[in-house]
Amino acid sequence: MPINLPVIQPATQARKGVFARGPEEAAESLRDRTLELGAKGEWIVHRVPEPCLEVPTRSSGIKRVPLGHTWHHKSCGQCGHIPGYSTSIFWLHRKLGLEYEDPRDQTSCTAWNYYASATANQAAQAAVALRNFAAAHESGYYPLIHCATSYGHYKEVRAEMVHHQALRDQVREILKKMGKPLVMPEEIVHYSEWIYAVRHEIAKRKVLDLSGITATVHPACHYYKLVQEDAIYDPDVYGGHRTAIVTGVAQALGVTVGDYSTWFDCCGFGFRHILVQRDFSRSFAVQRKIEAMRDEVNPDVTLTHDTGCVTTLDKSQFAAQAHTGVRAAIPVLSEAQFCALAMGAHPYRVCQLHWHAADYRPLLEKMGIDWRERWREFEDDVARLKANPGTYLTWDDAG
Amino acid sequence: MSATAAAKAAAVPYSEKERLFSAVKADLRFEDYLYGCYECGICVAVCPSARFYDFSPRRIAQAVAREDVELVWEQMNGEIWECSQCFSCLKCPRKNNPGGIVTIMREVAVRNGLHSAQQALEGYSRIIYKIMSTGTQVSPDMIRPEAFPDWGPTARETAENLEVWRRAMPPETMHTTSTSWEVDDRTLTELYLIWHLTGVLDMIKTLDESLHMILVDVMEEKLEEAGYPLS
Repeated sequence: MPINLPVIQPATQARKGVFARGPEEAAESLRDRTLELGAKGEWIVHRVPEPCLEVPTRSSGIKRVPLGHTWHHKSCGQCGHIPGYSTSIFWLHRKLGLEYEDPRDQTSCTAWNYYASATANQAAQAAVALRNFAAAHESGYYPLIHCATSYGHYKEVRAEMVHHQALRDQVREILKKMGKPLVMPEEIVHYSEWIYAVRHEIAKRKVLDLSGITATVHPACHYYKLVQEDAIYDPDVYGGHRTAIVTGVAQALGVTVGDYSTWFDCCGFGFRHILVQRDFSRSFAVQRKIEAMRDEVNPDVTLTHDTGCVTTLDKSQFAAQAHTGVRAAIPVLSEAQFCALAMGAHPYRVCQLHWHAADYRPLLEKMGIDWRERWREFEDDVARLKANPGTYLTWDDAG
Repeated sequence: MSATAAAKAAAVPYSEKERLFSAVKADLRFEDYLYGCYECGICVAVCPSARFYDFSPRRIAQAVAREDVELVWEQMNGEIWECSQCFSCLKCPRKNNPGGIVTIMREVAVRNGLHSAQQALEGYSRIIYKIMSTGTQVSPDMIRPEAFPDWGPTARETAENLEVWRRAMPPETMHTTSTSWEVDDRTLTELYLIWHLTGVLDMIKTLDESLHMILVDVMEEKLEEAGYPLS
């Protein structure tokens, strides 16, 4: 089914009864500053390719989101231990008929390590970001960032590069040694912004009735708390008081989104804590998030949009369940996986749900997915691959 | 502060504490992270670490704003490592960034070999090795049941089926087990060059000399092959 453009109209005008920020809250536009520095020859600005979609932001502006022709800046945590997350993002692009590049000339943003151990510094982090931006520019595809920490950190890097000539000069010299120019994207775009922008197209293609599903949403801290101005805020969702990301997508799919009192709290990931001090992560995730969601909403699923949040909320529930009296788990999915399921994706070949820890099977049953049959099919795939070393599941196999 | 901690603090000359604080203030990011403090406590109310530890983003912002050299030194030797780096504290009505101040304080702690950094990062070396040498962090083969027993049977099942489960996914770049995706050799060499040129390897040397030697071994060969001068 072809996509009709434009599918989203920016909501820049305040409406009666809807919260709107005044001009005194207008923030510096880093996009404008990026363009100004481009005009001065400080760097090449990688322009958002046409056709693009426009989404409303916290600073009451608009953000330009590329529809396709994107360079997928993958997430090390997603690809490493929640691979169905990345696979679902790719699958959605394929099903919408959108061209993309899955690069090998990409490193992690290294920000998980930066926030966890501080064994890095400002110049190194900026150089890693700008090296990836240059690689994307070289490929001709526009960067689409899969991880919210990469996204938030790259926005920090952009702000620092905009404000500090000395840093720009230092990074320019480093890239010059690699034969790369200094390139800054016009907009830093998270995949969940792309999903938000195409949510109605996804909803048109859903094959399941989701009207009986209730979800809670956990928004990722590094999406809307770090460099906040260009995060998506939509007067139609929470009256514009909170970021609309994920919630607007779930609502477009016909899911009931339940509110809970600790919505603003982080998931407990902690960067360092999730790796070497997990008692904190587990306790926070279960006591502040999962228990609040269950007591106040009792959802069928919690949806989020970041590597660390899926990891912490999903994996932390097993140990808590081991305690007497703790009730059944709440399945945790990225909204990318949930959208893919809604559009008929295979729960194992595409969404790779066997990598998840909290029991997702009751959710699949409620969504009308025969997980037993789908698992049997996947086990057949695995048996075939075992019998044929050096072979792989393909996109054709995935359907 | 305990008597032992107080004795330890007293043994460090004030000039050394001042030197460390000056290093924090000299960071380019510092001027964007601190604007003053209303003492309203919003940052504490939203801070996850404040709920579980003796940690307060307000105390961090105030100590730095008041130029309390002794308290900043104390914080750099302990509580900064409790911060979750979630940046919920950016709720601050003065636009302070206590989480960002903590990031800078941690970097100064690492660069200057403070014991608190070594203690906080105990057991973390394999992660640093992975991210610096492969360009991806927490690769599939790190999900071992002995490392993640609290993640339940999934960690065991993943480890047991790792090779074939990685082949049972469609994206061609993700069939790897020791990295999260396939990274080109040239890309990796460029990453090594960044670590060399920005002084990150020197930071590692201060933190963990053995890890530094291993990383230098891995990187120098690649950089020389690619024709990058290391001096």
